[in-house]
Amino acid sequence: MTTSGSASVLKPAAALTDSEGGAAAPGQGPAPALPEHPLVTIEPGRSAGVSALRDLWHFRELLYFLVWRDIKVRYKQTALGVAWVVMQPLLTTVVFSVFLGLLAKVPSDGPYPVFVFAAMLPWTFFAGAVATSGNSLVGSSHLITKVYFPRVIIPMAAVGGRLVDFLVSFVVLALLLAFYRVPPTWNMLMLPPLIVLLTLLALAVGMWASAANVRYRDVAAILPVLVQLWMFASPVVYPVRIVPEEWRAVYSLNPLVGVIAGFRSAVLGQPFDWGALAFSAGVTAALLVFAALTFRRMEKHFADLV
Amino acid sequence: MKPIVRVEGLSKRYTLGARASHDTLRDSLMSALRSPFGRARREGETLWALEDVSFEVAPGEVVGVVGRNGAGKSTLLKILSRITEPTSGRVELYGRIGSLLEVGTGFHPELTGRENISLNGAILGMRRREIQAKFDEIVAFAEVERFIDTPVKRYSSGMYMRLAFAVAAHLEPEILLVDEVLAVGDAAFQKKCLGKMGEVAREGRTVLFVSHNMTAVNQLCTRAVLLSGGRLALEGRTQEVVAEYFRAGSDGGGERVWSEQERAPGNRRMRLRAVRLVSDGRVNNEPDIDKELSVEVEFWNFVPGGRNQAVNIYLQDAAGNVVLSTANTAAANAHDDDWFRLKHEPGLYRSVCTFPANFLNEGTYYVTVYLVTLGPISLEAEATQVLCFNVFDTGVMREAGAGGRWEGVVRVRLPWRTEALAATDAAQR
Repeated sequence: MTTSGSASVLKPAAALTDSEGGAAAPGQGPAPALPEHPLVTIEPGRSAGVSALRDLWHFRELLYFLVWRDIKVRYKQTALGVAWVVMQPLLTTVVFSVFLGLLAKVPSDGPYPVFVFAAMLPWTFFAGAVATSGNSLVGSSHLITKVYFPRVIIPMAAVGGRLVDFLVSFVVLALLLAFYRVPPTWNMLMLPPLIVLLTLLALAVGMWASAANVRYRDVAAILPVLVQLWMFASPVVYPVRIVPEEWRAVYSLNPLVGVIAGFRSAVLGQPFDWGALAFSAGVTAALLVFAALTFRRMEKHFADLV
Repeated sequence: MKPIVRVEGLSKRYTLGARASHDTLRDSLMSALRSPFGRARREGETLWALEDVSFEVAPGEVVGVVGRNGAGKSTLLKILSRITEPTSGRVELYGRIGSLLEVGTGFHPELTGRENISLNGAILGMRRREIQAKFDEIVAFAEVERFIDTPVKRYSSGMYMRLAFAVAAHLEPEILLVDEVLAVGDAAFQKKCLGKMGEVAREGRTVLFVSHNMTAVNQLCTRAVLLSGGRLALEGRTQEVVAEYFRAGSDGGGERVWSEQERAPGNRRMRLRAVRLVSDGRVNNEPDIDKELSVEVEFWNFVPGGRNQAVNIYLQDAAGNVVLSTANTAAANAHDDDWFRLKHEPGLYRSVCTFPANFLNEGTYYVTVYLVTLGPISLEAEATQVLCFNVFDTGVMREAGAGGRWEGVVRVRLPWRTEALAATDAAQR
């Protein structure tokens, strides 16, 4: 009996793997010495506390790589690349300078463009960080359902990517200050702690929003609107002093008030409102704890829901 | 020996239908309005994807996890790799665990091969130093040296898969979870992957391997667990478990019928309806060695005037070796049957191929069926390892006093003749 040549040509790969792969006999290699206690115990409601922080530390390089990927990809596809980081707050500043500064004559301390840009920089960072991190978990479903790592790295990386943009755009601020001949002052030493504070605040909001977004996709729809409103509830395009005294207490509940005003004071060399700053720091810490707890509680359902 | 993986009473429940989660805030608000007292309604059908599963894996073992779709394999892997939490039970891992539930996780099309290696490595839990140390090895394994600085979106799908697997294959956890990754790439690359898996196992690392590819499971695994409906159905030697997998999967043993036409393997030209094994006048997956065994393939032809339609059967032994491949084509057919060459109207057809008695050795065999149209060749339907049968030795070929099993894949009675050539004289010695 001869075999029809053409019929046996068809050898679907999945079915035919020849035995060269070799059967593996167990225990041929050096048997690893097993630890006394399990390295990892998986139980319902287990992944909390110290082990979570240790995990986060183990995966710190992943955070770095995700931030790096974010930035790399973002600038690879755009013609202007890094220029966009600078253009965004700059264009917004021009728009607000023309409409609010020139036409509506909103009061400002110092030249209006510098006044607005000094607040627009941290604001652009904050808004961008909240928006990207808020959508980050849902956008990373392919990772969440396939690999384990501390989930919080995803919103963290989103904030991290924006933070890099933010730092780059300080170059423009320097040029603008030079152009308007605003002298540098010792107040600028407050910039690093302010940046840390703002980053933590953005992380708290972004982390909470990203977790909520996994369960309620409405968050993605509401978030941009809220962020827009938030800008006008913060002293970005106007000074704090135009808010009526009797409303000031309510107004200052917004943790961004202290931070944004602080940025402006640091850049323009004006006195700080230490009380407002301390309050912002307190609210930020509280929000961060709340967001972290919410995140931890919801984290275990991400893979099933996303 | 102390186990490196201990799974105890593991269960995972999912809620179906009326979902426990509310997709939109509105649903949440509505249900709160409807039942203002007490918590939002939580009933709804529950599904136990895993139910009270317990087993242990010793260090250095390669354990296959097999089961039909929906048996709970993926859920088990997801719990072991900490992607999702169990509802009850516990798992203890006495070693670093790495999982390969998919290759190329986190690959970004805009990034170059080099960049994706770093990124993917980090996602899989490798340290930067580790990635750098293995970089050249990974690139060589994937055979993409020339394109390492090209964005992967310009890669062919084969190159992409090779690179993705290469990164994953160079993970060095003590416990490796693998899911179906081998079902990618061309035959040559699959072979390489299988080889790599074997190598990993020989290095003394522990592997949990989930696959539908029983050949690969047979080749790689020393032990296997069979999941069925979320429960542990059987745990034991790979061959026994794989045989049970096939036995449980075929309807009534020795027969596989696709009752719903749309879900049967095939396309709009041809489709399978049933594959069955017949021996001794009945559907039978345990034929005696001295009885004929027929493989019956029922299929639809949907092509008016269709011709050159071939029914191919591959027979594999328990180790995955192809014992034979055959088809109903004229050249391969011992019968004088012109069906293959003639034109046929749409309808249901049956091809029967008969293996002679006293032909296959005792042991386990898997049947794979392909429907193919020839010239130009096109695969219409495939049912991989759809049936399994055990050939039983009734002892007809055993000689009293010789004992044991005959060596070989086939056991054929061949014509022997022994004759005297010359007589020797006892005195001549």
